[in-house]
Amino acid sequence: MATAVQTVERENYLNSNYGIKSWLLTTDHKRIAMLYLVSITAMFWIGGFFAMLIRLNLLTPTGDLVTSDTYNKLFTMHGIIMVFFFLIPSVPAVIGNFCIPLMVGAKDLAFPRVNLLSWYIYLLGAITALTAMVTGGVDTGWTFYTPFSTTYSSTHVIGAAVGIFITGFSSILTGLNFIVTIHRMRAPGLTWRRLPLFCWSNYAAALIMVLGTPVIAITLLLVAFERAFNIGVFNPQLGGDPLLFQHLFWFYSHPAVYIMILPGMGVISEIVTCFSRKRVFGYEFVALASIAIAVLGFLVWAHHMFVAGISVYAALVFSLLSYFVAIPSAVKVFNWTATMYKGSIRYETPMLYAFGFIGLFTIGGLTGIFLASLGLDVHVHDTYFIVAHFHYVMVGGMVMAYMAGLHFWWPKMSGRMYPEAWAKLSALLVFVGFNTTFFPQFILGYMGAPRRYHAYPPEFQVLNVLSTAGASILAVGYVLPMIYFLWSLRYGELAPPNPWNAVGLEWMTPSPPPTHNFDETPIVTWEAYDYEHQPQEEVTVGH
Amino acid sequence: MWKNLPLFPERASALAWQVDGLYFLLIAVSAFFTLAIFLVILIFAVKYRRSVHPHPVQIEGSLPLELAWTLIPLGICMIFFAWGSLIYFQEARPPQGAMEIYTVGKQWMWKFEHETGQREINQLHIPVGADVRMIMSSQDVIHSFFVPAFRIKQDVLPGRFTETWFHTTKVGTYHLFCSQYCGTEHSGMIGQVIVMEPTAYQAWLNSEGATGNLASDGQQLFQQLGCGTCHRSDTQGRGPNLAGLFGTKVMLDDGRTVTADENYLRESILNPGAKVVAGFKPIMPSFQGQVSEESLMALVAYIKSLSQPQQASR
Repeated sequence: MATAVQTVERENYLNSNYGIKSWLLTTDHKRIAMLYLVSITAMFWIGGFFAMLIRLNLLTPTGDLVTSDTYNKLFTMHGIIMVFFFLIPSVPAVIGNFCIPLMVGAKDLAFPRVNLLSWYIYLLGAITALTAMVTGGVDTGWTFYTPFSTTYSSTHVIGAAVGIFITGFSSILTGLNFIVTIHRMRAPGLTWRRLPLFCWSNYAAALIMVLGTPVIAITLLLVAFERAFNIGVFNPQLGGDPLLFQHLFWFYSHPAVYIMILPGMGVISEIVTCFSRKRVFGYEFVALASIAIAVLGFLVWAHHMFVAGISVYAALVFSLLSYFVAIPSAVKVFNWTATMYKGSIRYETPMLYAFGFIGLFTIGGLTGIFLASLGLDVHVHDTYFIVAHFHYVMVGGMVMAYMAGLHFWWPKMSGRMYPEAWAKLSALLVFVGFNTTFFPQFILGYMGAPRRYHAYPPEFQVLNVLSTAGASILAVGYVLPMIYFLWSLRYGELAPPNPWNAVGLEWMTPSPPPTHNFDETPIVTWEAYDYEHQPQEEVTVGH
Repeated sequence: MWKNLPLFPERASALAWQVDGLYFLLIAVSAFFTLAIFLVILIFAVKYRRSVHPHPVQIEGSLPLELAWTLIPLGICMIFFAWGSLIYFQEARPPQGAMEIYTVGKQWMWKFEHETGQREINQLHIPVGADVRMIMSSQDVIHSFFVPAFRIKQDVLPGRFTETWFHTTKVGTYHLFCSQYCGTEHSGMIGQVIVMEPTAYQAWLNSEGATGNLASDGQQLFQQLGCGTCHRSDTQGRGPNLAGLFGTKVMLDDGRTVTADENYLRESILNPGAKVVAGFKPIMPSFQGQVSEESLMALVAYIKSLSQPQQASR
């Protein structure tokens, strides 16, 4: 039983106030981060449940578990929930919301009420989309390709589109808040060159949120209008152009990939430096690579359309630019690796996840090079090769980074340590399970297995069974942290202010932080990741 | 389920080797970089672990290294870019004189019509050693014509023709998939491409015994719809004479010049006002909604056939 010495608990953001109202009307960025954490975790499990049904259905070539209509709804809802309601808000809205004000030495984000508003908008969007799903579902794929979505689908397209439309505003508001906060609220001495890389990469992602999200909002509104009022925008029978939709959709949805991955890259920069006890190798290059990705990311959208019927010369330009956008990501991977050189490396759970991220993101990124190559993309487009590729980036990359970040900042957020051994086990399960699930899909894809197939030719079965087996391991890897994080809230060891002996400002305040974050505004006189001048503490905590 | 476990698709077109070659090169380069990064991380993680290396050495960075790992990958990428583009350009340019298959995709089947009039559904018989050009459109949503053994794929759109081509090299039966999600029975919109010896193909054509062909169907439609009252075979008509039109450059009334290809003919039937030939008035009514996708193909094939003697002389 917990016989830990109970010191008089000091006031912090968790115990300063009790009751539902104090949470639902809070403007504290840390509490809003927790509200987001609870909501997106719920969405993650709903989306994950759909994924599990998809994988189970694919155990047999004839697709015996569900009907083809149900299957189509499952992959559609899995995609919509995971992309718009989990991945896009994941690191920014939870970890970014919690950490950015702390990292820049501010009391809160620039617009605390707008921050709360963004969570309510997210909730409204999520409820709208879930209502559409519960009352019958939607079967267009998360990509809503026209004219199928506008004219031929008989499902709840408008409800899902409106849900995404609404949620977009929460994304815009979060992005706006981050941009203004990072510009205007940095502590004295915290120059741009001293800013943690997590802030740089969230800043880059915020730029995309603000500039890109309005385009998907307009696009989905046009889909709803064409569907409801037969206004001919996309359907050629009404005088529209179906490819116009794809251009508009990918103009947002390709940069959205970078909304998802950039904040994850920021997490990895924090963790690799901390657990190597080194300043980051090539700070400027890692920071500017984030901005380069954000800018170039807007110029590559038509690489999703190489077989859609665009001109060969347009395809040529988009192929070339797609190679350019790959380079800054590669630069980051090389710099993280170099950061470990002559470091002093510890293998706690966040670092294990970071290793996993670098490995899986490297594979995800390199297979992206395959897809940028025109002649090869023609063959693998819309096959399982694509499915494997983007899961390597989104799950192998982003979800790994999110898990790394949750473990890293959990002591700060909750004031408690999680059980290290269980956490290491879960990191291992996630890595093994993930690869078993998705590596076979590269092979399936090159063999020609098309994606979004409810049933498939029998020769594809072995690899599909392997993939499903991997998914079950992956599921266990995700269930475990859910359990021990909850367990730690009550039984975990009390966390010291700086359990990892890290250097960011967020570690210079108690765990959990007081509502106003810092008793005195910190004055920054050191470079980012200044592990040289920080005394090496002897005590490492709790394991 | 273990009986048959292929890990690589068959190669049955002239282009398949090129695509696979590029694929193997990419695998080799990717494997090299992945293993290199894994190995370096492993070495660092072991050599500089806390217990043996307690005092880190701070290093700011290195401009030469940054430049090296920016420019070298970029250079390697340019090789992939060039090779991939070369393949793509070949895929986009069907050779002269390829046999043409008119294809309609609809929820959830493939309909093919051979030049000689044979029709088939979800099966496509073609001879080995032939250049085959697919002229495709969709009657409803977007589909995609995908034959893994040929390494080709092309979306099939409503409202316009798209095309792709391949040169068959190997007799066999290959998967045909619809690879663009198209609704309930998307995974049922599959079929077979049956590549046959030329003699067997000829025998198959004969056994199918087509009644008429696409162009003659088009000619009938042309008369039924009264097209000939304006598009007369002399210079007196209110519309341009269509004989010899296909494949030539056409001067428009706004000064532009367009090539009279399949998509131009299609557009001029459905939306005649979009590109009016110089010297004519925009008086033709639209046939949007009055002709089915297959009728459109027949009309286009008929107008193309009016240029046949000229093509033969080329």
